[in-house]
Amino acid sequence: MTDTRQRSFEDNDQKPMGFGRMLRKEDPRFVRGRGRYTDDVQLPGMLHLAILRSPFAHARIVSVDTSAAAALPEVKAVITGADLAGLGLAWMPTLSGDVQAVLATDKVRFQGQEVAFVVATDRYAARDALELIDVEYDVLDPVIDVRQALAEGAPLIRDDLDGKTDNHCFDWETGDADATAAVFAKADVVVSQDLVYPRVHPAPMETCGSVADFDPVEGRLKLWSTTQAPHAHRTLYAMVAGIPEHKIQVISPDLGGGFGNKVPIYPGYVCSIVGSIVTGKPVKWMEDRSENLISTGFARDYIMRGEIAATRDGKILAIRTNVLADHGAFNGTAAPVKYPAGFFGVFTGSYDIEAAYCSMTAVYTNKAPGGVAYACSFRITEAVYLVERIVDCLAYELDMDPAALRLKNFIQPDQFPYMSKTGWEYDSGDYEPTMRLAMELAGYDELRKEQAEKRTRGELMGIGISFFTEAVGAGPRKHMDILGLGMADGCELRVHPTGKAVVRLSVQTQGQGHETTFAQIIAEEIGIAPADIDVVHGDTDNTPFGLGTYGSRSTPVSGAAAALVARKVRDKARLIASSMLEVSVADLEWEKGSFHVKGDPGTAVTIQDIAMRAHGAGDLPDGLEGGLEAQICYNPSNLTYPHGAYICVVDVDPGTAVVKVRRFIAVDDCGTRINPMIIEGQVHGGLTDGVGMALMEMISFDEDGNCLGASLMDYLIPTALEVPDWETGFTVTPSPHHPIGAKGVGESATVGSPPAIVNAVVDALKPYGVRHADMPLTPSRVWDAMRGTAQPPI
Amino acid sequence: MQVPAPFEYARATTVDEAVALMGRFGDTARLIAGGHSLLPMMKLRLANFDYLIDINDLHGELGFIAVEPGVVRIGALTRHRELLDSAELAGVFPIFRDAERVIADPVVRNRGTLGGSLCQADPSEDLSAVCTTLDASCVIRGPLGTRTVSMADFHRGPYETAVADGEILTEVRFPVRDRGGSAYSKVERRAGDWAVVSAGSAVWLDDGGRIADARVGLAAVGPNTTGIPEISATLRGEEPSDEVFARAGEIAARSCEPATDQRGSAEYKRHLAAELTVRTLRTAVARAARGEA
Repeated sequence: MTDTRQRSFEDNDQKPMGFGRMLRKEDPRFVRGRGRYTDDVQLPGMLHLAILRSPFAHARIVSVDTSAAAALPEVKAVITGADLAGLGLAWMPTLSGDVQAVLATDKVRFQGQEVAFVVATDRYAARDALELIDVEYDVLDPVIDVRQALAEGAPLIRDDLDGKTDNHCFDWETGDADATAAVFAKADVVVSQDLVYPRVHPAPMETCGSVADFDPVEGRLKLWSTTQAPHAHRTLYAMVAGIPEHKIQVISPDLGGGFGNKVPIYPGYVCSIVGSIVTGKPVKWMEDRSENLISTGFARDYIMRGEIAATRDGKILAIRTNVLADHGAFNGTAAPVKYPAGFFGVFTGSYDIEAAYCSMTAVYTNKAPGGVAYACSFRITEAVYLVERIVDCLAYELDMDPAALRLKNFIQPDQFPYMSKTGWEYDSGDYEPTMRLAMELAGYDELRKEQAEKRTRGELMGIGISFFTEAVGAGPRKHMDILGLGMADGCELRVHPTGKAVVRLSVQTQGQGHETTFAQIIAEEIGIAPADIDVVHGDTDNTPFGLGTYGSRSTPVSGAAAALVARKVRDKARLIASSMLEVSVADLEWEKGSFHVKGDPGTAVTIQDIAMRAHGAGDLPDGLEGGLEAQICYNPSNLTYPHGAYICVVDVDPGTAVVKVRRFIAVDDCGTRINPMIIEGQVHGGLTDGVGMALMEMISFDEDGNCLGASLMDYLIPTALEVPDWETGFTVTPSPHHPIGAKGVGESATVGSPPAIVNAVVDALKPYGVRHADMPLTPSRVWDAMRGTAQPPI
Repeated sequence: MQVPAPFEYARATTVDEAVALMGRFGDTARLIAGGHSLLPMMKLRLANFDYLIDINDLHGELGFIAVEPGVVRIGALTRHRELLDSAELAGVFPIFRDAERVIADPVVRNRGTLGGSLCQADPSEDLSAVCTTLDASCVIRGPLGTRTVSMADFHRGPYETAVADGEILTEVRFPVRDRGGSAYSKVERRAGDWAVVSAGSAVWLDDGGRIADARVGLAAVGPNTTGIPEISATLRGEEPSDEVFARAGEIAARSCEPATDQRGSAEYKRHLAAELTVRTLRTAVARAARGEA
């Protein structure tokens, strides 16, 4: 099945009663510039907050003099780390159980770390006042190269932690080391490759910010903030700030992109709360672009050694990897507690192998904290890059076609549910048809012929393949929690008397189109048109508890909750219908939107009739309460495992080493497709992300720890000119445990595309004997690879 | 939102008024034309001026492209967009259209100006390389009148020009010679990025099809865009050929002074200096031979 044909605007607006292409309900406000973002919040008497940040990567704070700043008439408060320490608020817990400084008290540990803040009458005055704060630093040697973090005599970063004598953060392992070693020992072929997945940044269009409004009379805090997880944030604020949870309302209004950047709690949010408490006024904090790039959650930063063992004829036997993970100055990773490396454990990919093992060491460095952010499905991005790159290295060594090698090793349909060698139960999959469809859409054989012909003329053309399996929809609460909060999602549905409905979600859209997708799920289940269903999200006072939107979890978890809550409503509607039609429940038949008597389609009541009856004056069946509503908390039994086959075609200019992505074919299988238009949009966005990471994006630092990507002139993100017309297709392998068979898809393309692009570039460089080149594949780095002088990026 | 430090703002309505204001405020003032380099630097607080003198109202006086016998005169306030769109200019100097197609993006091109580009004196700036290639001269007006300086003398180092406090660049002049051709090429990491390296070439042929004169200008490989006299000397009198172009490329590679940075290694940039010199010379000669200018 393929979506490669041009579609007309009308095709996308079929107004389905359920699943199908339809324009997004939220878009009229966005395309008219009427979205309401955190920075649009204006409150009477509102003050503005600006944060003074460290110019150094590592330095001891000798003194902070705020007197000149405080003397400005526009300035209402200047707060330092010492001030916060007096309130017990200088440090806060991170999502992974580490602590992070809200404002530095003892040392600064990365360039851009928060040192003090100013609250003033306007944004300009607040920013001007920062220049008047005099901080004396005693500059220390920084740890920038992650490879040196554990070296003898390396500067100690986390001397705030009791007994800490080195920069070790954690060790983690998965799989069976001995069994894997045994398989490697007997294998015909072993290939080893060092790989770097550079530090990149989510760089959402909207930066992070908040408006805090603390009411001292009621002791109530209202906080508008850029968060993908409003409920989890509220619970954490209650735990940190000592304000009771029922007195805190967190509102996440429209978000201008998240990509994981808006999962962590940042010091700025806490500062705005403190600022409001101290001044008694609403306080707005919006970081600027540079602040966002240098201080908020990064992604990746894994240095990996991949090893693969196989038979001479290309049967993959085992995969082993050792990872050095850079977690920055504080471990701010957002991942379930038992998974410090996220879901990196799925690094065995889509292949049926005998053994696997991973050992990982994570370290602290003098770089911004965070981690896992950026559309990565909890580190599956790194895992897929590892396996898909190392499989290509194997194909290179065996001189085997990379498509044939993958086809030979796929987990077979009859093996599902498949327990991987690292303990992941793949719920479903049928890989070969997906791969074959991608090859067909690409014209794979023809491309190889074209490549062979071009090589005779010295032209460099590359074809890269990536086949990924993701594990998304965290997650079963017995295995997965964040700071003790289980990863189940609530959902509430109320049908109004006239048959219109409101559904309240615990997840929070950042552009994914929840207001449309969730209305379609409800519509599919109870036959009320999507246009007649209001989707409420992002306000803790008005939505049920849940852990938020990241890791492609909205559809797998909250989507299931929405389907099941609709079925609960439908079950109640059935009882009311049976009394309205005066037949037994068993004699009723459901046809989307109405119940009719079996064998007599003319004798029917619609869901609208039933809703009015439920709220009306007439009799209801014995024991049934009035109203037509339900709520649920859905605890997924497993993750969902979407997969996909991506093929990338590149041309490399032999004279300049410039890479041009000529074609990109993406076949995704995310199970049941709720709104294909939205899925395609998400895939297009993710593929563009992939081009960015593969070809240009990297947050790098100089040896003093200065961030070299502090503006969008220095940190490059791709434009329409760097990407081809995406060619998409799909297969459908429904999830057996999800109520509607859907799997997550939001991050599939970000996860799957970078290895396809890198594999294509490396394939193009085959005439130069190149087996691997690290991202970002800028012209200069590609030229180095062609000359055999490539160095890993730092 | 990044916010600049406080500053005062004035709009000049004539060139004389702008000169007077600049004279009055000296180095505490800065002209603002397109503002696409100045404003980001001010927002990042890398540049802090007490006064901005806005000259956008002078577009009627300083925004023009005049193609005259033997000379092309372009007003300093002529916008990138106007340079890109001018068929007349492309007819004489196709290098302008080549360059403008790869400068920044349409939004920047709608505002940014020729004079602003030259006065910013960024070593990676494309129009500076074009002006160097075409042997332009710059007309500077000050309180005592007008003076003209060559491109070689105009740029004094990175972000430094011959324009003194109280002076304004008003016009750039380009000599036109017969049987000429020109071309520009740029390698960038991403559309709209500054050049990793870019090169411009201009070639004039004699009646026999030999190279009567040639000039090459390079950006992003030294403190300023660089013209390379040795290339001109080597090419003069030669029959155009890949071998001759390659020799010019070698000179470009060894004459430039690139530095390793985020955009690439110095070694790679030297390689590009050669490669792009060869490519643009080839195109420029082809254009000259076809009479495309």
